[in-house]
Amino acid sequence: MNSKLLIAVIAAILVALPFIGLDSYPLHLVIVILIWSFAYTGWSIMGRFGLVSLGHGAFMAIGGYVTALLWNELGLSPWIGIPVAMICAGGMAVLIGYPCFRFRIVGHYFALVTLALSEVVRQVIIATRDTTGGSLGYTPERHGDGWSVIALQSDDRTIFYFVALFVWMAGIVIWRMVDRSMARYALEAISEDEDASAAVGVQVTKEKLKVTVLSAVMTAFAGAMYCQYQMFISPDTIGGVGISLQIVFAVVVGGIYNSLGPTIGAVITLLLAEVLRIWIGTEAACITDKICLNVAGVPLLVYGIMLVLFIIFLPKGIVGACADRWRARGNNGALAK
Amino acid sequence: MLRVEGLSKHFGGFTAVDNVDFSLEKGEILGLIGPNGSGKSTIFNMLSGTLKPNAGSIQLEGKEIAGTPPHAICGMGVGRTFQIPRPIRRLSILENAALAGYYGQAGAVTREQAWRSAEEALEMVGLPTNADASIDTLGAAGLKKLELAKALATKPSLLLADESLGGLDHSEMDQAADMLKNIRAELGITIIWVEHIMGVLMRVVDRVMVLDHGEKIAEGRPQDVAADPKVIEVYLGSDADEVAAAASRA
Repeated sequence: MNSKLLIAVIAAILVALPFIGLDSYPLHLVIVILIWSFAYTGWSIMGRFGLVSLGHGAFMAIGGYVTALLWNELGLSPWIGIPVAMICAGGMAVLIGYPCFRFRIVGHYFALVTLALSEVVRQVIIATRDTTGGSLGYTPERHGDGWSVIALQSDDRTIFYFVALFVWMAGIVIWRMVDRSMARYALEAISEDEDASAAVGVQVTKEKLKVTVLSAVMTAFAGAMYCQYQMFISPDTIGGVGISLQIVFAVVVGGIYNSLGPTIGAVITLLLAEVLRIWIGTEAACITDKICLNVAGVPLLVYGIMLVLFIIFLPKGIVGACADRWRARGNNGALAK
Repeated sequence: MLRVEGLSKHFGGFTAVDNVDFSLEKGEILGLIGPNGSGKSTIFNMLSGTLKPNAGSIQLEGKEIAGTPPHAICGMGVGRTFQIPRPIRRLSILENAALAGYYGQAGAVTREQAWRSAEEALEMVGLPTNADASIDTLGAAGLKKLELAKALATKPSLLLADESLGGLDHSEMDQAADMLKNIRAELGITIIWVEHIMGVLMRVVDRVMVLDHGEKIAEGRPQDVAADPKVIEVYLGSDADEVAAAASRA
């Protein structure tokens, strides 16, 4: 099929989605998937170049908490709060990234440093519980009923759906812009051989920092969006190691080298999480009155098994594997002619 | 165009390069030779910015460049090759050269210009310029050519060629030597050629500098250097025949 036609059809379906009588709950799922997709896309922008960050939960938390705190404590509208949160996340990315890149902390060591960042930010939130509510979470104050432009709040899901759809599309566009830029070649080269890249004039530290800041800022934006939509954030729902790992897992499942990979990853993992939650529940399952299993850990177990299977059998993710299959078929067709 | 004075580098207690002076005129080809561990590569790495000298100065067109990072030195018009070729395997041959063409000219060129410099450089060294030929299609000689093409795509005024032709057969060695000659003739690029094998080098260079244990032991026209007793002594043993052969060729 003509790919332009396909895109037009998908776009039409997406625009029509809230008007075809979709229930509140499915629409909620779609919105959540779109917001997370944007975060995952942000992660994969750097992750695809071997910059595996386990610290994106921190950026997401910064995005959500800074926006909400500025609103509640200082009455600053999210229109100002979100940019401030994004600047904070970008600053944090430089603070962590610069020393790492300058002193060549790469691969597993980079992952470990960023892992620590996740936990540090989570601990800071918990330690400042008098202000942030700690692990109990935090709620931005409602600004009247219905739709408030200044507070970026809405109890109308349809409006939020279109905001999330726009943001998600912007994420895909940014991914593609990076993909087509010269920076992509530089980053591919850097991920393979830093010295050889520097020898042809590539500023290794600067290129890595640029993409890291972009990725962090996007993730922070996703955190702020999530906060504005859910009207509740806690260290476990948008921060910490758990969220950082969730991001990595979803992108690996979907496909790290395709613009739509993170989105497909979000669809699969979030739906899976919903299904497991509804199916298994969150209560403890008791075999006898003395032996109880905490089934809340079951989704994590399923995630873990799937992650291992994907890394072994589908390292390029679902979208990557499909693209390869498609390309191979195309080549065979050409040969047959 | 290049003036190096009192250049020294220590690694812990070991002195790799000891107080070396030399200079280079525009359009010259200088051969830098010496046995393994004589400090050739260390000098080379200091010139290209990979290593910081402990003492001494390196002046390029009157500007001090010692300790400047590699990408900046590249931007100043110093291209380098690596002894063991280091292509980027996930990019195609053309993309490898185009990356150098773009970033090596300090981003001051458009993509089209970068791609054009890449194609010119590949043509110069005799590699195919078709867009998606993979690195895996290149053999040892091809990879060395690509190293050269990458350096040329950065449009250097000074080329640091860590050629080390070991691993190539005789006709490939001669080809590589002729290529450097052509590059100088056609593009007017000044060249420092680092080599372990003396034979081919002597035929091409204007001047040779011989290093041993980090010190300069001889410098001059190839035929004079090859006849220098100190040089013969350094190369005596494993490479004595080679010196004799080089002397007769020169």
